[in-house]
Amino acid sequence: MPRKTALFERTADLMTSVAWKEWAGYAAPCNFDAHSEREYFAIRHSAGLLDLSPLAKYMVTGADAARYLARIWTRDITRLKPGRVAYGCMCDGDGKLLDDGTVACLDPETFRVTSSEAWLGWFERHSRGYQVEIEDCTDRLAALALQGPLSREILQVVTEVDLDAMRFFGVAAGSIAGVNGWISRTGYTGDLGYEIWIACEDALTVYDALLVAGKPHYLEPIGLDALDVARIEAGFVMQGVDYISAQHCLIEARKSTPEDAGLGWTVNLERVGWIGREALVQEQEQGPKWGLVGLELDWAEIEALHEEYGLPPHLSPLACRNAVPVYSEGGATEKPVGQATSSSWSPTLKRYLVLAQVHRKYADLGTRLSVEYTVEFERRTITGTVVERPFFDPERKTFTPKAAPKGASR
Amino acid sequence: MSAKGADSNPYDAIVVGGGHNGLTAAAYLARSGRKVLVLERRHLVGGAAVTEELYPGFKYSVCSYVVSLLRPWIIRDLNLSRHGLRIVPLECSYTPQLDNPGLCRWPDPDQNRQEIRRLSPRDADNYPEFGKLMGKLARFAKPFIDELAPDPTSLRPRDLWQFKRAADRFRALGDDLVALQLKLTTMGGVDFLREFFESDQLIAPMSCSGIIGTMLGVNSPGTAYVLLHHYMGEIDGSSRAWGFPIGGTGAVSDAIAASALEFGAEIRCNAPIANIRLKNGRATGVILENGDEIAARSVVSGCDPSLTFLRFVGKENLPADFAASLENYKNRGSSGKVNLALDRFPEFVQRPGIGPHVRGDVAIAPSTEYLETAYDEAKYGAFSQRPFINVVFPSLLDPGMAPPGKHVMSCFVQYAPYDLASGPESWPDHREAFGDAVVDTLAEYMPTLKEDILHRQVLSPWDIEQEIGITEGNIFHGELGLEQLLFQRPVAGWARYRTPIDGLWLASSGAHPGGGIMASPGALAAKEMLRAGAV
Ligand SMILES: Cc1cc2nc3c(=O)[nH]c(=O)nc-3n(C[C@H](O)[C@H](O)[C@H](O)COP(=O)(O)OP(=O)(O)OC[C@H]3O[C@@H](n4cnc5c(N)ncnc54)[C@H](O)[C@@H]3O)c2cc1C
Repeated sequence: MPRKTALFERTADLMTSVAWKEWAGYAAPCNFDAHSEREYFAIRHSAGLLDLSPLAKYMVTGADAARYLARIWTRDITRLKPGRVAYGCMCDGDGKLLDDGTVACLDPETFRVTSSEAWLGWFERHSRGYQVEIEDCTDRLAALALQGPLSREILQVVTEVDLDAMRFFGVAAGSIAGVNGWISRTGYTGDLGYEIWIACEDALTVYDALLVAGKPHYLEPIGLDALDVARIEAGFVMQGVDYISAQHCLIEARKSTPEDAGLGWTVNLERVGWIGREALVQEQEQGPKWGLVGLELDWAEIEALHEEYGLPPHLSPLACRNAVPVYSEGGATEKPVGQATSSSWSPTLKRYLVLAQVHRKYADLGTRLSVEYTVEFERRTITGTVVERPFFDPERKTFTPKAAPKGASR
Repeated sequence: MSAKGADSNPYDAIVVGGGHNGLTAAAYLARSGRKVLVLERRHLVGGAAVTEELYPGFKYSVCSYVVSLLRPWIIRDLNLSRHGLRIVPLECSYTPQLDNPGLCRWPDPDQNRQEIRRLSPRDADNYPEFGKLMGKLARFAKPFIDELAPDPTSLRPRDLWQFKRAADRFRALGDDLVALQLKLTTMGGVDFLREFFESDQLIAPMSCSGIIGTMLGVNSPGTAYVLLHHYMGEIDGSSRAWGFPIGGTGAVSDAIAASALEFGAEIRCNAPIANIRLKNGRATGVILENGDEIAARSVVSGCDPSLTFLRFVGKENLPADFAASLENYKNRGSSGKVNLALDRFPEFVQRPGIGPHVRGDVAIAPSTEYLETAYDEAKYGAFSQRPFINVVFPSLLDPGMAPPGKHVMSCFVQYAPYDLASGPESWPDHREAFGDAVVDTLAEYMPTLKEDILHRQVLSPWDIEQEIGITEGNIFHGELGLEQLLFQRPVAGWARYRTPIDGLWLASSGAHPGGGIMASPGALAAKEMLRAGAV
């Protein structure tokens, strides 16, 4: 039976549908109403509030904490300043992706690490020789995501942390609705947004205070369905969907390097002494095999294809995670050149978006590919063109009202 | 700056009127590298799709207030999402009653069935069936709104093919549907709906889409067809859905304007034109009201047909039969608009709270008899004392429309005949009484409404003519009657954006496929001009 987060009591009460799913062993809302539409639009037009507590969370402390994290993480955590967060990933010794997540530097010897799944065993195995303590705080620490263009205004009502001055990927301690916690300007929606970290026993207080502060701004509690559409628009990959953790792969072919999964930018091969580097240097020499691309499906073709069957195109409000083959343009009779792993209609962009892993030579902007598309149980293809990712990238995501004009670093 | 008489580097096209269609035409022409100038009479672009802050902190979608027909391919072509266009779906259609909770129609079919069952289990079962039938018929008609109007007199392969395809689709509908289609074109909306439903509380609001923008009643023949027109709208493929643009309908115009500017078009506000300049029967530019002349290779009108031809061109410059057809063109504005700024939300006494039931449109249409009575008054040149009202609370869908906790309320009202018994120019004397009738009607359902009002804007069709410039204030630039649609819009034989004046094109709601925030007339006109090598 899935466990209950500290907010279960409230989310269960707010939910008019009975739409739960399991997330890392916890019960998590898919949507609060019969559909997720309102929640999706809240993320893009006002703000959505998500219980993020099932996320795996660790406190890493000690004199060697930064050095240690710099070894298991692709980012150079020794250069991460207090008050900053770094997104990055973690590889095995063969340079294959295990997971991705964030590292927040709370003070020079205290870091909070988040990941999609639990890694305490792996963390401890590699901590020998380092002066470092690792605590799995998943059950002790609740987390909330407040995302959307009005999130700053709403959150500012309940906190004294100066949000106008907090930069993208900043983190700060402070009182939130009267309780002590941390706020980071991070999220999984590609929009202006914050994540709030508080002790489980305080979670309800903060959640309720945000609901009240958000009421005049139409804050909506949101579930995972709406989030999934938003993260695809933002072009974010998802572990277990767009790449499979090497830990779970039975065959080599299923594993991905950071480069394969579009996370190459989190890797600095010049830097030495981190797990996976040697293998990735080799990959670099041979040239990476795969690339993660954003595709836009040709809508006119989708309409025309349905028309052949006398049907109107059907647009699901849900993102799709069924992987389908991708072929070179017009090459549906040949071997696939990749796979589309996530896709969704974007109600904001009015475009059909796809995240796909394809052979490197098909990964250039403007490349036209054929993506499998099923109508009436028949497998056909639709042209997908490689476009810029993120698909949706509003200025407000990174804009800081009181910041020095220096660009925010991730 | 104007280039008086300077034809050295003339514009490829001047677009008269910066309504959303004029702007769309300009964007498409500029996108193809043409030098384009838009001249708008008012201080802002948008025409009947504008947002104005008439009371500090409160934004009104002054005229149009919801979108459904805006073509997705135009949104993509013009990158409107990148230019800020955002549309959120309406969540419900609520018809309140004075003595019971009324009816909410939801997008979710099962929720809907539960709701209609309370009125009639039979109707609840027939409702999805009806939707499916209408959907099929609308699908038959839909390609017409994305293409040039078919020309029944032409023997060119493209036209024949278009007709053959239409005929194939028509045949594919099957005998039952063909019979239904024929009924649609001849019957009154209420009679047509009675073939499917028994509950008057359900039929009344459904019949309203048949009368919007017309000077007809819910029982008048032909109104059944207009119902179908409203089944053609779509948002994200879910047909018939209505949405609200974040920032009001002016945001739609602003996004199109931003796209046009990015493609290199020039837009000038406060620049009313007086006439279209003619030389040897050909349009060669425009003459502004201030006397300036601006030359262009072609002129595109984003104004309604009557204004374009009878005022800007002049009857004497038109072929006699064309002028005669135009004089018979039915404008007959029949609707008005009341916009309210509210101190708090005026809850419905029969369904209190600020739930999803008010996050959509609210129709004051309690019975078919009510609607017919409203029409009776209008027939004799008076506004309805108890009118049909379609209400939206934009501030519930976009918090930016009013300060936190406060609200704006948009009320589309019918009937308010342009031709009052005492003459259209007497509207200013009746305007506030009309506004009172609307507020009185609504206050019966929302008892606190009167105390909650901070500001009120009342627009009669006469005001719409004065302010937005639309002849007789007809919201669609001419009724969407069958005789004024497709190859007959605006005038039989001239449905392809060309006009009897060489170099003058029509790209407004008065052209195919018609009115509403759709942008197709503008886009299709520009494409046709480019195809014909006219610019
Ligand atoms: C009250 C009302 C409510 C409506 N509600 C809806 C709705 O909810 N949903 C919907 O889809 N549709 C609605 N409509 C219809 C829709 O708004 C119109 O069909 C559409 O906006 C018309 O666009 P257009 O660009 O064709 O013309 P217009 O918007 O009429 O634009 C014409 C432009 O020409 C300008 N102009 C006039 N004279 C001159 C001159 N001499 N020189 C230069 N410029 C000039 C005008 O100022 C105006 O900007 C409504 C209309 C009204 C009036």
